[in-house]
Amino acid sequence: MSPAPPSPVRPLLAPPLPSSLDVGGEAFGRNRADMLEQLAELDELLDAADAGGGQEAMERLRSRGKLPIRERIAAVLDPDSPFLEISPLAGYGSDYALGGGMVVGIGVIAGVECVVMGNDPSVQAGALTPYALKKWMRALELARDNRIPYVSFVESAGADLRVETGAGDGGGGRGGEARRRAQTSHFAETGRSFYELIELSKLGVPTVCVVFGSSTAGGAYQPGLSDYVITVRERSKIFLAGPPLVKMATGEESDDEALGGAELHSEVSGLGDYLAEDEMDAIRLCREVVSHLNWRKGEPDPDPSTVPDEPLHDPEELLGLVSQDLRQAVDVREVIARVVDGSRFEAFKPRYGSTMVCGWAEIHGYPVGILGNNGVIYPDSAEKAAHFIQLCNQVDVPLVFLQNITGYMVGRDYEGAGIIKKGSQMINAVANSTVPHLTVIFGASYGAGTYGMSGRAYGNRFTFLWPTAKIAVMGPKQIAGVMSQVRRGRAARKGLPFDEEEDAKIVAAVEEIQERGSRALVATGAISDDGIIDPRDTRTVLGLCLSVARNRPVEGAEGYGVFRL
Amino acid sequence: MGVLTGVLVANRGEIARRVFRTARAMGLRCVAVYVDADAGAPFVAEADEAVRLHDQASGYLDGPAIIAAARATAVDAIHPGYGFLSENAAFAAAVQDGGLVWVGPPPAVIEAMGDKLAAKRAAEAAGVAVVPSSDDPDAHGAADGVGYPLLVKAAAGGGGKGMRLVESPGELPEAVAAARREAAGAFGDDRVFLEHHVARARHVEIQILGDGHGGLVHLGERECSIQRRHQKIVEESPSPAVGDDLRAAMGDAALRLARAIGYVSAGTVEFLVDDATGEFFFLEVNTRLQVEHPVTEEVTGIDLVREQLRVAAGEPLGYGQEAVTFAGHAVEARLYAEDPAAGFLPASGTLAAFAPPAEPAVRWDAGVAAGSVVGVDFDPMLAKVVAHAPTRAEAAGRLARGLERLHLGGVVTNRDLLAAVLRHPAFLAGDTTTDFLDRVDPTPTLELGEAELERVAALAALWLQGENRAQALVLRTVPSGWRIGRLPAPSVALAHGERTLVVRYRSRRDGTFGVDVDGGPSRSARIHRWAPDTIDAEIDGRRAAVPVTRAGERLYVQATRGTVGLGIVPRFVVPGTEVSGTGGLAAPMPGVVLDVRCEVGDVVDGGQTLVVLEAMKMEHQVQAPADGVVAEVRVAKGQHIENGAVLLVLDPVTEDGTA
Repeated sequence: MSPAPPSPVRPLLAPPLPSSLDVGGEAFGRNRADMLEQLAELDELLDAADAGGGQEAMERLRSRGKLPIRERIAAVLDPDSPFLEISPLAGYGSDYALGGGMVVGIGVIAGVECVVMGNDPSVQAGALTPYALKKWMRALELARDNRIPYVSFVESAGADLRVETGAGDGGGGRGGEARRRAQTSHFAETGRSFYELIELSKLGVPTVCVVFGSSTAGGAYQPGLSDYVITVRERSKIFLAGPPLVKMATGEESDDEALGGAELHSEVSGLGDYLAEDEMDAIRLCREVVSHLNWRKGEPDPDPSTVPDEPLHDPEELLGLVSQDLRQAVDVREVIARVVDGSRFEAFKPRYGSTMVCGWAEIHGYPVGILGNNGVIYPDSAEKAAHFIQLCNQVDVPLVFLQNITGYMVGRDYEGAGIIKKGSQMINAVANSTVPHLTVIFGASYGAGTYGMSGRAYGNRFTFLWPTAKIAVMGPKQIAGVMSQVRRGRAARKGLPFDEEEDAKIVAAVEEIQERGSRALVATGAISDDGIIDPRDTRTVLGLCLSVARNRPVEGAEGYGVFRL
Repeated sequence: MGVLTGVLVANRGEIARRVFRTARAMGLRCVAVYVDADAGAPFVAEADEAVRLHDQASGYLDGPAIIAAARATAVDAIHPGYGFLSENAAFAAAVQDGGLVWVGPPPAVIEAMGDKLAAKRAAEAAGVAVVPSSDDPDAHGAADGVGYPLLVKAAAGGGGKGMRLVESPGELPEAVAAARREAAGAFGDDRVFLEHHVARARHVEIQILGDGHGGLVHLGERECSIQRRHQKIVEESPSPAVGDDLRAAMGDAALRLARAIGYVSAGTVEFLVDDATGEFFFLEVNTRLQVEHPVTEEVTGIDLVREQLRVAAGEPLGYGQEAVTFAGHAVEARLYAEDPAAGFLPASGTLAAFAPPAEPAVRWDAGVAAGSVVGVDFDPMLAKVVAHAPTRAEAAGRLARGLERLHLGGVVTNRDLLAAVLRHPAFLAGDTTTDFLDRVDPTPTLELGEAELERVAALAALWLQGENRAQALVLRTVPSGWRIGRLPAPSVALAHGERTLVVRYRSRRDGTFGVDVDGGPSRSARIHRWAPDTIDAEIDGRRAAVPVTRAGERLYVQATRGTVGLGIVPRFVVPGTEVSGTGGLAAPMPGVVLDVRCEVGDVVDGGQTLVVLEAMKMEHQVQAPADGVVAEVRVAKGQHIENGAVLLVLDPVTEDGTA
């Protein structure tokens, strides 16, 4: 690949942010201890995800000359380059293996940022779980949105046929009928991935498929619809129907190798473009293919001879910034000061709509516009955000949203001040903005605030959570309180006595359930984000995502919906 | 003769550069001559002008071409350096006849001293003791008169060529015949003579310097006892075995002889000193600058090339013997491209790394630089390295440290042997006789403990990691190997000899790395600075800034006492390009194929000579490592081959006797 010419250095002329964080204080110490505890839990879960289908399954793979998926991926990446794994804890809280039997991430192959998707054959022979499907779709989306090559390491038993036999009950304890319905919908959705694969190719995003093992039936269309196919001698098996189904359909006797082996596809069918001698050889060929793609990023990288300044304030201190109790206020500028280059931040409208912190900064040398919450969104803060988003679109600057938002302000005064109008202006601007949006949720992410601050549903490029993130339609206390008021109202309408004691118990229980349900781990288990990160990695993650996003030209919006002014 | 304005050096490599340095400092223009093999050599680039010699075969021995080059470039003098035409009286005369200044003694002196037998007679006439010898090896009783053990030496010889050691009468006829053949081949003169061999002898020589006005001084002695195959590798001044009295006596003897033969310019009178008795015997006179002249320069402060040029220009020395004083001790080591662990076979290749250290302050007279190609056409000396210090022990230590800190890679050298000699207690005790290497047997190669090897491997891996990051096309500023989730730790496999070390490392949040070698204990490493040629890193608290050079898939990493070469084992192997394990017979050295003694299909026995190679005028027989059948012959007689080239392929014989 020939790198785009470096962009001229035009450093941001802004002073560094000051910090008033009391790192010696009691709150800081407590927050930090809590955060470290959560990070330790995260570590344990990542280890569990790493184990895939367990040691026994891994050993079985090795004994057959196969590498675990994480070794395959490590081998295809440029040595010492980073790897941004996406949703490593998918399936958390379900009965499926952590990670969902698939590894997805963004890494560098032959100097090209690529999406890598790989089935984990140690987990039920790589059979597609609902979580794997969602990750797969996300991988395709990442390739499309960021215009980066898509590399798939395929080894999948394909659809789960256990529903017919009734054997096993790995699907979360659902009954037969429910399970069949889930399977049907699963099957129907799976088809979309093939559609996306075809689209990628048309959009000029090359797709490279390495078939390490079985790729049967629907799975056979993965190589079939990829631009490049690499097969492994005596390992790849690609057929629309395996020997048992063929025998059922036509009575023909066959074996795997004759029906869909690597040699057949390389020499006879032409489905395979490159025949590898073994797994490492296939990985070598994959790197070769990517190296010839003549890949050029849509936006040049900063001049490599300039080294971006580290933040002035120690990112280590991010550990003690956020309390478990999200009612404790956090000054988002303390986050910004520990994430951006040299802690330099040029605040926009600092004295207007101050609960919405807006301003310009650089991360790893890339210019960004940052929106961060310093409290509830008021009409003026919403208006300021809408203005700022337009400014960034005008000059093609990506946006970073630092979410800690309980929502838009409610109440008579604010309704009167047009909170709906102003809030809609902001959401309009967010929705129609075309520069990349990167969202980090470090605290609350409640209700319409989630949308307005470019949550997952608003077409952002990436969403990452801190362990302290909480995602819900509203705060646990608010939900519990609202439900209590509904109960009270109903009782009053029906003239029934209202049991205060009982209600207090229910409120506490609801609060507890809501609190648990809004946890970052629950959200990430459901793949409603790209993963939980260590706060200290925020700068690295954002820098990495900005680089990846710039594979596609950064172009601001040329028009918006009608702003209700 | 007036003031000189320009000099042509009829030589190559380090001596050409060394003469240029002084000549240029004296205001002279410097001209080089060169053959194509030296076209990229530093001495050619550094000359003010260089003339390519057309006759590549004759090269630096092509007197008429050299004189023509001097005329064409309008210099007024020719300095011959050492070797080549330096002791060729006819050439010296031709230079003078051509109206040019000859930087050296008069042609008649060269001629007289060039004949070793005549020189011995002249010495005897001047009252200088000579080693018992006989001019006529065939005469009855000649050998007995000389006494065993004895040496058969070429009358026109030098540099150990045509020399044979004979222990007993039975060996004599064969040795004389062989010496004659070799002498005829090397010098075009098959005359040989017998000389008594003093077993525990020291080689001590006196530097003399004379002008054309009767001025004549000696500059003390040099001891050149550490030799391999009669070639000096370590030289020093003063000799640890020479006291003031002996020095005065030897100096007087040398000056007597010099005066008798009318010596002018710089020269050397060589003596053999019997270590047991302290007696000294005249050996020969070298009518040129010696390779080891710097040790004399260092202790006397007199620049011998400057004196040569001044004397050649007709100036008087301007000082007498009393003005010559000696300060401290100087030791020189000759760095050769050769393999001391394999019988000093000459080595060749590209010097991927050659970076003398800034300290300790030693004198590097080098003919090469990083990137130089060391071929098989010429003497394999890469540099002479000289240390001068108040005491002998300090000079030896300084020189050893200088050699150890030399960052060197790509060509096998005797560096580690030299350092081992200089650090050896026997050397430090002054126990330096000509049989030192055989008797003391210092370690010929770098001794690397397991801990040191692992440390070097870890440094190599960390350096490679840094290179990967520095050369990354994207995401260069993201921490090395950063990841969310789990992937196996980065690792690199490094080959060291037969051994492969696998270094695994993982970058940590605090900027350090956890590093282990072959699954051993994890060590904490911190890189303070990475550069394309250095890694400054700390491993388990020990920090060093270490030179590193990458040449293709090889890394050269500076260790505590030398340079360690490591092969980077590729992550991927292209099928069909795997190195075949056995069967191929590789050339142990670069050279020319003299003879191929087998054909395809031949059944050969282990130990049987299959190919004969020649390099540096030495024969080497390549033998079958085991019984087998010749499957392929890849070379032919007369072919030039590189070190490691596959000469032929042998199929092992199977148990039933078939291939």
